Amino acid sequence: MAYSSEQLAIFDSIIARYPRKRSAIMPLLHFVQSISGYVTSEGIEAIAAKLELSTAEVTAVSTFYTQYKPGPVGEYHVGICTNTLCAVMGGDAIYEAITEHLGISNDETTSDGKVSLERIECNAACDYAPVVMVNWEFYDNQTIQSVKDLVDGARAGNPPAPTRGPNSLRTWKENSAVLAGLTDGLASEGPSAGAASLLGLNLSKEGK
Amino acid sequence: MSKLAPVLSAHWDEADSFTLAGYKRHGGYNAAMKALAMAPDEVIALVKDSGLRGRGGAGFPTGTKWSFIPQGDNKEHYLVVNADESEPGTCKDMPLLMANPHSLIEGMIIASYAIRASYAFIYIRGEVVHVVRRVQQAIADAYQAGLLGTNIGGKGFDLELVLHIGAGAYICGEETALLDSLEGFRGQPRLRPPFPAIAGLYARPTVVNNVESIASVPAIIEYGNEWFQSMGTEKSKGFTLYSLSGHVTNPGQIEAPLGITLRELLELSGGIRAGHTLKFWTPGGSSTPLFTAEHLDVPLDYEGVSAAGSMLGTKALQIFDETTCVVRAVLRWTEFYKHESCGKCTPCREGTWWLVQMMRDLEAGKGTPADLDKLIDITNNIAGRSFCALADGAASPIISSIKYFRAEYEAHLTHGGCPFDPIASTLFATAGRA
Ligand SMILES: Cc1cc2nc3c(=O)[nH]c(=O)nc-3n(C[C@H](O)[C@H](O)[C@H](O)COP(=O)(O)O)c2cc1C
Ligand code: SF4
Repeated sequence: MAYSSEQLAIFDSIIARYPRKRSAIMPLLHFVQSISGYVTSEGIEAIAAKLELSTAEVTAVSTFYTQYKPGPVGEYHVGICTNTLCAVMGGDAIYEAITEHLGISNDETTSDGKVSLERIECNAACDYAPVVMVNWEFYDNQTIQSVKDLVDGARAGNPPAPTRGPNSLRTWKENSAVLAGLTDGLASEGPSAGAASLLGLNLSKEGK
Repeated sequence: MSKLAPVLSAHWDEADSFTLAGYKRHGGYNAAMKALAMAPDEVIALVKDSGLRGRGGAGFPTGTKWSFIPQGDNKEHYLVVNADESEPGTCKDMPLLMANPHSLIEGMIIASYAIRASYAFIYIRGEVVHVVRRVQQAIADAYQAGLLGTNIGGKGFDLELVLHIGAGAYICGEETALLDSLEGFRGQPRLRPPFPAIAGLYARPTVVNNVESIASVPAIIEYGNEWFQSMGTEKSKGFTLYSLSGHVTNPGQIEAPLGITLRELLELSGGIRAGHTLKFWTPGGSSTPLFTAEHLDVPLDYEGVSAAGSMLGTKALQIFDETTCVVRAVLRWTEFYKHESCGKCTPCREGTWWLVQMMRDLEAGKGTPADLDKLIDITNNIAGRSFCALADGAASPIISSIKYFRAEYEAHLTHGGCPFDPIASTLFATAGRA
């Protein structure tokens, strides 16, 4: 697949953000994922050509970071936090139940291509444990049942909205574009803060 | 008088706290205008005198770090804000950026002006799309309002601010790995010296600061050092975000003067979850040695926590009650460090792999008590002998857990496996019983 002239113009606009063009490699990889869902060899070649690097240099960067996928993932990529705190609070039990429910394990995708699964590390939301991320949106305070409903909804094309995020869940490719630094206009959706973020503020308002 | 001090979090409960209008309603960007009317060196001196110390883990004095940037060297200088927030347990910078991204941007204007940088970056972890959206929008709105770009606020200062989005690598939170990643390379730490202040981004003088450190600056400029120093302890001034998670009645962010204790935080917030008792906790993320109930009264400031044998770190208070198996907890952290080891140096790359094997065996009840001493020995040979602090972090939970819970490790050996029921420590267990 060759990139369109519009897409190549976006390559250039991403490169123009930086004082030195090699710095654009990470957003360009996110951009390639927003087009193809993963880091394709065409993508690597296009980035290498734009940045005047070898494909080996681009591949070396791509393979270092876990968010860049070497092959297709689901339209809804589900990350279950199994780092210590979430694992203890229920993440392990959720992971086990969901692999069984979907019949897939870590780094696999359902046969309909809708849902893929990943054990993820701490996602900076420990006060909302157990945490599940879908397409890197926050699903806070999860239970086995809520995650079953989440993945079933996703497979039916009707996933519930994130807890602290936009009013509806975007696809993997759509969110990859945001990570490439392109805006989708959804910043004002969702709450300023979740309840746990306000714990101290509320306590101080109670005079504590 | 309240023991708490919501400053950064003071308006997070307002529906538009993350917007420019919401921020300006409470005096937002006044501090930047005030700073731009001062001489850059005066700003550095003020921040130095305030006593503000880094909130990213190491606690280095912020103004002192800024003063290391050579002046009059005719080179570009850079400010890079570390928003990688990936240390297990740490969850303060992301809610801050979601609810109030402008406090960071305002702090960045002030810091960039002070160190004479005209280009600044935010390096944010990639696994937080909605936080990215909020920061993107805030930057766009700040440009629109003339608060970024050329001739900011009509004061003749120019600043370009770029949001750089990571892609999932804990090591990129280490400041020199972060710089390599930002330059477009694999994120592996650099040899120091030279320190970033001399040769940082693109080999130019660079300040790397944590989100919370920089976001704290506007309030210091606005309200002054007397106010800032009225909070905190002798060498740990001001307010900070403590992040309470795990087996507590109410997890969440609590902003308080430095030096508050876990006992006080628990008393204020509802304590350990009902019917349970505190077993172990981290004062500042998984890389800081574990504490137990005997440390409830340790002042949570830089000196207090160090004196008690750990580190204030990121103030990520992960709380575990008596249902939690410490061996399981430590094994999982060890697996994390192995997964996140960047592979650059042998002691960490090979060592963390062996630590996982040994911890797995111990958790499965295989081995003898002598293996515990071997584990300690190997761990001590990795910590301090590796290239960066990731390896020291990997050692902390192992060494500290054996120090306080050796008998529990041994119980796995005599029991032939883990004597705990993992379901008892989940939240569902509580919900089921209630
Ligand atoms: C493995 C490792 C991970 C780190 N991760 C972070 C991080 O996510 N955020 C952060 O601010 N500092 C992190 N640090 C500390 C940084 O290297 C650096 O000290 C800090 O950003 C300086 O900012 P401060 O002086 O404002 O605290 C990490 C350090 C190590 C060794
Ligand atoms: S200590 Fe670990 S993370 Fe740090 S440089 Fe060595 S291998 Fe990389």
